[in-house]
Amino acid sequence: MRARAVIFRAAFGRACRAAVNLLIFAVFFIPFYWMFLTAIKSLGQTLRTPPVFWVSAAHWENFRKVFDAIPFFSMLKNNVVMTLGIMICQFFTVIPAAYAFARFKFAGGGFLFGLTLATMMIPAQLVFLPLFLMFSRMGLINSYASLILPWATSPFAIFMLRQTFKQVPRELIEAAKLDSASEWKIIFKLMLPIARPTIVTLGLVTFILNWNDYFWPFVLTTNNAVRTLPVGITSLNTVDGGVRYHVLMAGNLLLVAPVLAVFFFARKQIIKAFTYMGGK
Amino acid sequence: MRDIEKVIDEYITLAIPMPRMAAAEKFLRGTARAATPYIMVAPAILTLCVFVVYPIMYMIWLSAFRWDMIGPKIYVGLGNFIELFSNPDFYLVIGNTFKFMSLSVSISIILALFLAVYLKANTRVNALLQSFIFTPYITSMVSVAFIWAWLMNSEYGLLNFMLGKAGVGGVRWLEDAGAAMYSMILVAVWKGLGYNVIILISAMRAIPRQLYEAAVLDNTKPFRTFFRITLPMISPTLFFLTLMNIIAAFKVFDQIALMTGGGPINATNTLVFDIYQFGFKFYQLGYASAQGVVLMALIAVCTAAYFGALSKRVHYGGEA
Repeated sequence: MRARAVIFRAAFGRACRAAVNLLIFAVFFIPFYWMFLTAIKSLGQTLRTPPVFWVSAAHWENFRKVFDAIPFFSMLKNNVVMTLGIMICQFFTVIPAAYAFARFKFAGGGFLFGLTLATMMIPAQLVFLPLFLMFSRMGLINSYASLILPWATSPFAIFMLRQTFKQVPRELIEAAKLDSASEWKIIFKLMLPIARPTIVTLGLVTFILNWNDYFWPFVLTTNNAVRTLPVGITSLNTVDGGVRYHVLMAGNLLLVAPVLAVFFFARKQIIKAFTYMGGK
Repeated sequence: MRDIEKVIDEYITLAIPMPRMAAAEKFLRGTARAATPYIMVAPAILTLCVFVVYPIMYMIWLSAFRWDMIGPKIYVGLGNFIELFSNPDFYLVIGNTFKFMSLSVSISIILALFLAVYLKANTRVNALLQSFIFTPYITSMVSVAFIWAWLMNSEYGLLNFMLGKAGVGGVRWLEDAGAAMYSMILVAVWKGLGYNVIILISAMRAIPRQLYEAAVLDNTKPFRTFFRITLPMISPTLFFLTLMNIIAAFKVFDQIALMTGGGPINATNTLVFDIYQFGFKFYQLGYASAQGVVLMALIAVCTAAYFGALSKRVHYGGEA
């Protein structure tokens, strides 16, 4: 009797777990599935009740409608330019700063590091208004400069990289110094290879967050010249005569596809990267 | 060859002593060495000063003026703040912001705690589910907002269809003033949950196994184990995560702008969206700046409270 009760309980537990697993899967997968399905439906199919759960003949022309409605490829290019621009700038501002904060004791160093940490808490949503006015005075609205320069450095990345640099044994640096290596040589020949995992992690996170960013390109652009994809997609939402959800979802799919593809292949790496960012 | 050169070099140095030159060179080299760290931090610090520190100062300064972007700036002192705090709409916006913040953060953290406990065992199924929960986090808010706007469409949306199947009447998710804020919270939780889950799982996995083994030996109930071992051990992470969530909630904009536009009748109008409205739609830049100062104060208070509590905890922790 007891044995049967135990077996029953184990089976019940497994069934419960399976049900919860299924629920989690449904909650987080169905919305994406629905996006994909809507993207290949015809207008009529999107408006049918009960909804159509499977489409036998995909309406790929929805994607062409996206390309007709917005300058998709120029916006894609803008997205690439902005994201890469930010990453390249950060590479050159973050690494030396992190190295200096990790290795040197210099007058005002503590203050400057404190300043860096304090700015970490200030989001774009707080400074967009004065920055917009600043850029507009300089005539830099609708320019790559206004999209890239405010993010040319990252206090958070400086902080993370400084922690990594601090873990490099002092003797290693002293040995390099004895070989009369310059500080820059030490950074590029010694520190960077050691800190590579951190830098890759930071790069990955910077890429994803900036690729997806909507707020900044939205407030800093007034026309399509340098507008990025996340902002561009939103104009599919305001088509005359009601929202055409099949076209909107097709555009949406094009927006998320690259990130989802990267995520599919580098799942572990990406999750680890974000864990690393929050764990410290 | 090298050695010979060295010898010659030394010979020359010895033969023709140039004390003045040497001193100058030493001085220069010393200066260069002293300047190195400053040169290294300069690009980052300058960027931060120009694009963070200066704008903040500018915003604070601007909050003392009335300005429509075209005409002259009129000094009003604290006038904008007086106007702000006597405007019932502002209290509505602050109320909305706090409602959104408190509900989305608490729901997200509590759900994440459950899911982290549920998924912390290192199995393939758990890893897969983690990935699914995490996917919205790396998806652009633009996509998430539109996907949910479509799911929440009151006529053709999937949610209302499923509610109908379940025998419940449809909800006007985004058009009903009573429901819209909860819809916003739902979307925010759905998008941000994965981040909280993976951080909490990694914190839970870092707890020494021996603690749990001791609990098993003592025949401790799982419930008790969670509150006596897991929760205290992950509390620093939980604490930090809550602060991050709070700040993220304060700056909510994208989903409001894309899904409800602050409506219906201001029901989802939150602080950043209101700043945007006053700055870019009504061109009341001084007033918008004053709201920005309020937002800054909110973030500063939360951050200060966090670090204050942190230092206290560390202190007590040291005594225990």
